[in-house]
Amino acid sequence: MYDMKALYEAESVEHAIQLRLEHPEAQIIAGGSDVLVQMREGRRAGKELISIYMIDEMRGISIDKDENIRIGSLTSFSHITRDPIIQKYINVLGEAVDQVGSPQIRNIGTIGGNTCNGVTSADSASTLHAWEAIVELTGKNGVRRIPIKDFYIKAGTVDIHAEEGEIQTAILIPKTSYENTYGHYIKYGMRNAMEIASLGCSVNVRLSEDKRTIERARIAYGVAGPVPMRVPSAESVANGSVISESLLDEFALAVLNDINPRNSWRASRDFRLHIAVEMAKRCLAESIKRAGGVI
Amino acid sequence: MSQYKVVHCNINGKDVEKVVDVRASLTDMLRNEYHLTSVKKGCEVGECGACNVLIDGEAFNSCIYLAVWAEGKHIRTLEGLVGPNGELSDIQQAFIDETAIQCGFCTPGFIMTAVEILEANTLYTDDELRKLLSGHLCRCTGYENILRAVKKTMYRRLGKEIDF
Ligand SMILES: Cc1cc2nc3c(=O)[nH]c(=O)nc-3n(C[C@H](O)[C@H](O)[C@H](O)COP(=O)(O)OP(=O)(O)OC[C@H]3O[C@@H](n4cnc5c(N)ncnc54)[C@H](O)[C@@H]3O)c2cc1C
Ligand code: FES
Ligand code: FES
Repeated sequence: MYDMKALYEAESVEHAIQLRLEHPEAQIIAGGSDVLVQMREGRRAGKELISIYMIDEMRGISIDKDENIRIGSLTSFSHITRDPIIQKYINVLGEAVDQVGSPQIRNIGTIGGNTCNGVTSADSASTLHAWEAIVELTGKNGVRRIPIKDFYIKAGTVDIHAEEGEIQTAILIPKTSYENTYGHYIKYGMRNAMEIASLGCSVNVRLSEDKRTIERARIAYGVAGPVPMRVPSAESVANGSVISESLLDEFALAVLNDINPRNSWRASRDFRLHIAVEMAKRCLAESIKRAGGVI
Repeated sequence: MSQYKVVHCNINGKDVEKVVDVRASLTDMLRNEYHLTSVKKGCEVGECGACNVLIDGEAFNSCIYLAVWAEGKHIRTLEGLVGPNGELSDIQQAFIDETAIQCGFCTPGFIMTAVEILEANTLYTDDELRKLLSGHLCRCTGYENILRAVKKTMYRRLGKEIDF
């Protein structure tokens, strides 16, 4: 039995918005794999919850009329990994979320919850940053779409206007972002299953037609700062450069200009800085390979 | 103020309904309302897999799943594997044959994940099987015998020779 004050079950997005406006103190629960654990621990004990878990219209992956990949916020990790659209255009996202917790957690955990919790170690977050995802929020004033980097305000806080009844309804990947683009994610943890990332790194590239030059490289980390972050210094080293072994090293070292990891019980700052360089290099090398390039 | 709701679902092939406290987890509902005590209370925070059941064919830790979300779902627990005269299923027998059980606390959860694995009709590698089983903790047996029980049953169901 959970120590909750009340549970309101939303039947549709409109109903969820209405419930939010009626119960301003209540918190949203999607899959509950963060919320229920925190309720059990006492951190969220005695709260009112608005459940959105039964809103099936918020599940699934499609390509919308503007050719964005549209991922409904309630889509579970395992469904993302198995989805043909994801496998074809942004396979790295499916691979990243396949490293969350365990099979059972990947069946209950949603991508909406993984971003709305504002957690820097979230396994989807660095890849969504590196692919410049757009977050779709729906509230009483309609739909609002913002770049994922603006969605994260600070550790644990994201830009959702609860007072306007907003919930996150989808995550979009624009065509300009996924077209002809290949990526790789590395999660560094102390063990393979049931482990939060000590550091996560996601890189993707688009190569020139002759596959010798990097047209566009993007890199983002989780746990390299209080929120997931892009690394512009490294990107500008790679953009427009001819592929070579030394480029990999230059790119990887440039990450040190931008990242700012902390000491924690999981890993020290120095260790994180050290592995960040190596992870950047390996992720870039693998992304180039997947894009058909040779080093 | 207590809050209750009628939850209709199908459990082990039977359509059922019960009035449930909205604060209940699915573990609470299955154990207290339906006496399905194969569903164990271990960590109750989603880490050990002792409470694992199949919902619409996928494995879920019922301790972090609200009972009210069971509305309209098909739920399967270990009790549903047993035949009409108490016959064990092949995967249960394999756990016995391979000595994949000691205290047995983790076993129902493991077996329900194994059912999902077996029903995929796929020949997984050992590494894939390890990953698929990684949501379960066993404090007695160790994992080798469990892996072997699942692997042997997978080979048998697919009509393949076992390569040990
Ligand atoms: C055993 C275990 C292992 C785990 N391992 C990992 C791991 O390896 N990697 C990892 O990244 N995470 C891990 N997690 C954390 C968790 O599973 C993920 O963060 C998951 O994505 C949360 O999704 P959810 O739907 O369960 O979220 P919930 O718990 O329902 O919600 C999380 C937060 O987001 C808010 N929220 C959710 N959806 C919306 C929405 N649509 N609109 C507005 N607000 C919303 C909620 O109010 C809450 O604050 C683990 C959890 C457990 C229990
Ligand atoms: S009791 Fe549910 S996962 Fe441990
Ligand atoms: S047999 Fe005792 S925990 Fe697995």
